[in-house]
Amino acid sequence: MSASLYTTRRIKNVVAMVLSVIATGLGLFFLAWILWETLSQGASALKPQLFTKITAYREEGGLANAMIGSLILNFLGILIATPIGVAAGTWLAEYSRRSRLGPAIRFLNDILLSAPSIVLGLFVYTIVVLPSKYLSNGNVTFSGIAGGIALALIALPVIVRTTDEMLRLVPGTLREAALSLGVPQWKLTTQILIRSARSGIVTGVLLALARISGETAPLLFTAFGNTFTSLNPLTPMASLPQIIYEYTKDPSPDINTIAWAGAFVLTMFVLALSLIARFAFRSKVSHD
Amino acid sequence: MHATASNAATAPGHTGARRTSTDSRNDLIFGWVLKACALLVLLSLIGAAGSTLWLGQDAFRTFGWGFLTSAAWDPSNDQYGALVPIMGTVGTAMIALVVAVPISFGIALFLTEIAPQWLRGPVASAIELLAGIPSIIYGMWGLFIFAPFVAEHIKPWLMNNFSSEPPDGQVSWLVQHVPWIAKFFSSEYPFFGAGVLTAGLVLAVMIIPFISSVMREVFQTVPTRLKESAYALGSSTWEVVWDIVVPYTRTAVIGGVFLGLGRALGETMAVAFVLGNTFKFSWSFLETGSSIASTIANQFGEAQGLQRSALMALAFLLFVVTFIVLLIARLMLRRLATKEGN
Repeated sequence: MSASLYTTRRIKNVVAMVLSVIATGLGLFFLAWILWETLSQGASALKPQLFTKITAYREEGGLANAMIGSLILNFLGILIATPIGVAAGTWLAEYSRRSRLGPAIRFLNDILLSAPSIVLGLFVYTIVVLPSKYLSNGNVTFSGIAGGIALALIALPVIVRTTDEMLRLVPGTLREAALSLGVPQWKLTTQILIRSARSGIVTGVLLALARISGETAPLLFTAFGNTFTSLNPLTPMASLPQIIYEYTKDPSPDINTIAWAGAFVLTMFVLALSLIARFAFRSKVSHD
Repeated sequence: MHATASNAATAPGHTGARRTSTDSRNDLIFGWVLKACALLVLLSLIGAAGSTLWLGQDAFRTFGWGFLTSAAWDPSNDQYGALVPIMGTVGTAMIALVVAVPISFGIALFLTEIAPQWLRGPVASAIELLAGIPSIIYGMWGLFIFAPFVAEHIKPWLMNNFSSEPPDGQVSWLVQHVPWIAKFFSSEYPFFGAGVLTAGLVLAVMIIPFISSVMREVFQTVPTRLKESAYALGSSTWEVVWDIVVPYTRTAVIGGVFLGLGRALGETMAVAFVLGNTFKFSWSFLETGSSIASTIANQFGEAQGLQRSALMALAFLLFVVTFIVLLIARLMLRRLATKEGN
């Protein structure tokens, strides 16, 4: 009786352990499968012209304008989101203690972190792209700056959260020491607290950059796309994810192969960024 | 600063007072600027909901509550109903959860209880890399690699066993005795890989890293003495996990699941290619369909007038639903944070 109970428990345990190992194996298998396909499917299009030719002449197999566009859009997004995000995170960590608004905003920021990016794209379409018709004789113009703002909205909550978390890790004695010397609060914040949390904040910015580099949905109705290289953020701009989206829908297998090559470049860029963010700065940042 | 400091030493009263008043003014301005930035977070959420509701009001007015229950999506007759995209969104997200939750649980269990210490870091990082892959890549992989795989291996098996028109011609015993089951496994194009099931499975792979990383984090918060006590009483690893770890972390685990659900509902690019983008109402998992996000991505560019308004109304619905799901997720995760603090 007790021997059979013992056996049942042992079998149950072994089954659970085996299933758990299989689950982990499945997860790793899918990672390997997806990474392998992005490399093998696009390998034949991974040539120098991928980085030099533009998408206006598709058969030449280049994505240069999309890569330049992506760099500019990401740069704009980070440029807008970083000061606002660091400021907002600082307010949450340092100023909101006696306010009921603080916890509410911290909570809503976590929701914004996972909000559907396509809706944020539509929001930016409404507030930036639609009003542009009043500036340019009735024509609605998509623009790089609209794309940059859409990406900034996605980067913002990541930066707010890491800044907030990193500042709260700064020991309170540092604040007390500075305040007792008569340092005003703003100087304490900008010159001591943010400086000592700097590497954590940089990690947050890099993670935000990794996050927005792969975003497609919010760019469809903001930066829109461009078959030529555009350096002017007031004009429509191509981006790597958006061109991959277009080329994937294309019926021609040759164009699909270029999409795979673009996907490989994009994936490597994003994974390298998140690895750098995690290991170069070795801090405990949560990023769910 | 240095100049004022030395001045203050020679004439303490005058300059000191001025410095204090300048400093307190600067402090006030600085505080307000920071607060304004924090309010932008709030504003962007309100703005996203408000702008989609504003531009979607035509559709809501024209169709009323019928917008939610009508299966019509017909741009040529200007008739729009949200039922098919809602079903597609909910259906794919449910399949994703059913597949992803047990696998994520297994991964979290492996990483916290089973794996040797040296293996935990690398495996956890690898699983998190899955979360770093851009969603458009999941979409491509789904379209070119996974959908053909489903069409070749998974779908024929399901149809042979559960559908009333199986490719091998023999209606299975189960379908003969429980005919209603066939309703969920019919397919107009049996050799076509795209469909609700395929999209749900791609979403499952996408949300596994999110759910498993939350589970792993909360499993680690279980006090070691609780687990060791159970081990000391002779519990097996599985019993410790099922009777100690899971009850202790239940709320946060559900929070993590809801977090994954929120991701799955709002995902656009991973499902845009593999859902088929058709608007015919069906109960079948193997049929093509469309989701709210994929409909917006595919149609918004060319849409005008009422169609555009209907798409905005869809976006509003999606935003409200994901907001509620994520709200529940964060509330459940927050309760764990306070518990941890004690």
